[in-house]
Amino acid sequence: MSEILLQIDGKEAAAREGMTILEAAQKAGIAIPTLCHHEKLEPYGGCRLCTVEVEAAGRSKLVAACLYPVEKDLVVRTRSEKVDRIRKMILELLLAHAPDAFELQDLAKEYGADRDLFEKEASFCIHCGLCVRYCAEVKKKNAVGFVDRGTRREISFVPGIASKECWKCKQCFPLCPTEALQAAYVLTDALISAPPAKPESEE
Amino acid sequence: MTRIDSPAELEKLRESILSIRDPNKPCITLCSGSACHASASREVAASIEEELARLGLSAEVDLRKTGCHGFCERGPIIVIHPEKICYFQIKPEDVPEIISRTIKDKEVIERLLYTDPATNEKIIHESEIPFYKHQERIVFGSNGAIDPKSIDDYLAIGGYSALAKVLFRMSAGQVLEEVKKSGLRGRGGGGFPTGRKWEESRNAPGEIKYVIVNADEGDPGAYMDRSLLEGNPHSILEGLSIGAYAIGSNEGYIYVRQEYPLAVDNVMTAIRKAEEYGFLGKNILGSGFDFTVKVHRGAGAFVCGESSALMTALEGRAGEPRPKYIHTAVKGLWDRPSVLNNVETWANVPLIINKGAEWFAGFGTGKSKGTKIFSLVGKINHTGLVEVPMGTTLKDIVYKIGGGIPGGKKFKAVQTGGPSGGCIPEELLDLQVGFDELTGAGSMMGSGGMIIMDEDTCMVDVARYFLEFLTDESCGKCVPCREGIRQMLKILTNLTRGKGKEGDIELLERLSEVAGSAALCALGRSAPNPFLSTLKYFRDEYEAHIRQKRCPALCCKELIAYHIDPDKCRACMNCLRKCPSEAISGGKDLIHVIDQDKCTKCGTCFEVCPARFGAVGKISGEPVPSPIPEEARIIVRKSKQK
Repeated sequence: MSEILLQIDGKEAAAREGMTILEAAQKAGIAIPTLCHHEKLEPYGGCRLCTVEVEAAGRSKLVAACLYPVEKDLVVRTRSEKVDRIRKMILELLLAHAPDAFELQDLAKEYGADRDLFEKEASFCIHCGLCVRYCAEVKKKNAVGFVDRGTRREISFVPGIASKECWKCKQCFPLCPTEALQAAYVLTDALISAPPAKPESEE
Repeated sequence: MTRIDSPAELEKLRESILSIRDPNKPCITLCSGSACHASASREVAASIEEELARLGLSAEVDLRKTGCHGFCERGPIIVIHPEKICYFQIKPEDVPEIISRTIKDKEVIERLLYTDPATNEKIIHESEIPFYKHQERIVFGSNGAIDPKSIDDYLAIGGYSALAKVLFRMSAGQVLEEVKKSGLRGRGGGGFPTGRKWEESRNAPGEIKYVIVNADEGDPGAYMDRSLLEGNPHSILEGLSIGAYAIGSNEGYIYVRQEYPLAVDNVMTAIRKAEEYGFLGKNILGSGFDFTVKVHRGAGAFVCGESSALMTALEGRAGEPRPKYIHTAVKGLWDRPSVLNNVETWANVPLIINKGAEWFAGFGTGKSKGTKIFSLVGKINHTGLVEVPMGTTLKDIVYKIGGGIPGGKKFKAVQTGGPSGGCIPEELLDLQVGFDELTGAGSMMGSGGMIIMDEDTCMVDVARYFLEFLTDESCGKCVPCREGIRQMLKILTNLTRGKGKEGDIELLERLSEVAGSAALCALGRSAPNPFLSTLKYFRDEYEAHIRQKRCPALCCKELIAYHIDPDKCRACMNCLRKCPSEAISGGKDLIHVIDQDKCTKCGTCFEVCPARFGAVGKISGEPVPSPIPEEARIIVRKSKQK
């Protein structure tokens, strides 16, 4: 594969064709914050925290670094007034749901995000989809998925699959940036291990 | 039906169809689109058939059930040929008279004609009615001439001649050049140059490529794609086949809403009949070109009108947009090059091929060529579908074609481009419609929805309404859209409820920036438009809601109060009797008074108060005058004084 030279934050960076801006930046030692990214998973582009400014063909635009493929002579700015403004707002929006998540708090400090800008609606889940995608792409089990759409969207374990697969796996738990996933599992677990119709002693 | 294996055979077939058609034979065309079905056009059709049979005229008079004629306000519409006498709002009971007087005795029935409200003149022919006169119906016009279930009707008006032309007389490259030269741009939203999209797909690597019709029309109030698909499905199939030939595709899909049963039905029939003649399938017209079309019914998500979400849904997965840093024209359906165009775009293609790029580019303005079908709805006299050349002014559409605002109300704004579009105020009515013109005004062309709003419309509430729609339809994948527009909706809802506070406008602007620049797909990125455009042109209304808790349009329920003017009330008991919450006290000869604590602001009293009294009024932003003392409420009538 041919090498592509681009510029990230004023530094020359070399990347392989097919790499994303995020990968090229990581390779060059430049950090871009992410919430829904995981190196073992297909890029998702959901949290938009990795939004960066790129300049290509004389035009500047905002793109998701985890998805945008590197191009020759691309000029990337990972921090700019506008980028920071957007990250700050994204964090503020998410803090309404998971105000105490450590990862969000750390980022909020860096970007000056106001934890209390929006009314709290603690659902904990920030819909990063890491659990859903890890279970589908790596474990190939699809034990957890999204249900409904838009603001009603939530994660949910599929009881039939979860009862067989999850107890021995639980690899998604540490991926969750908030506590939502574990809570969802505990709930499902309670449902699927409800007392059987016949008392166990009779079996 | 015999298979047609060459252009010569096609022309022979066409001649034979035309030879058995007598242009002077009486023919009744009846609008039978979904809109007219709702106003009993099926019953009218049944009654025409029955009456013709009763009089033994079935063989002498044709009945053609066509697609939508456009003037939906006045449907069902019938046109009687060859005289082209046009009758509106036909009821089954009108049918015997039409047949005995107009068909048999060649008389015009005055009462069924269109009356020009300006001159009170009765108009006989469609082409002279102002609604139609100012249109240029190059795409939509055929709807009134053909039965969408009859492929012979389509052939009779020259159908499939463009397909024959490209297959035998043009190379794929020439087709591409012709479409590029025409300046045709996508009619579904973004206005991307169609020829360039096709070229991108054609040049993209890969053996298998797809062409797709986007018939997932979801904008509130918009139904031009439905009407085209229902009324002239072959024109879309022909356009699609031409596109397939140009990019080197052998497989096409029509992604159509499940909620459009008649469109689905008609397009399925059309596919079957085209396959029987060999206009679709293997070795089309003996050219060696293969092309098949499948229909996919959408499960009802607005976001699936977005190209990457549509393709994901076609693949059988949940309809969520994918990042599009690589165009779907290069990497689309199953990661293969896929050209997705809107229904109307495809319908334009056979015209461009038959009549030439120059002819097509003769309509329109600078960068917007051809015509555009708009769905004109809302507070407008002539609701319906109108097709005008690009560059027509909004004023002409609203007043010349649309007949202005009903009830003597004042025009306030026109909302274009669907939920993600914007509102254009009166001072910009001279704006010429075109892709860049509308975008420049803070709105967009979208698929061509045009919602007319009058002075009683609150622009803050309009923004709230569209944000509510979008919040409901957001797929929920990315934060700026799922969370951002949800917070915008919350703030806007608060504003309309008198809970706005200083800083709300600025916060809405911040949220708009994030959704507008960082959302994953076009739905999220254009979602702030309803807010931004109303803020741009009607900022004073936002400020009034926040600072004075006042709704200048007297529309937001929680910011208004109904009040009976004691000087005007004649104690007619109308409002008192009709108030559903028994909030009005008074009686015969006793001035009526509204108990503000009981009032639910349904507006019934306002509507039923006789215009000659005009005693019930709306108040906003100021305290309701305290009720007059009970002893002052007695009305002494002159007649009784004597």
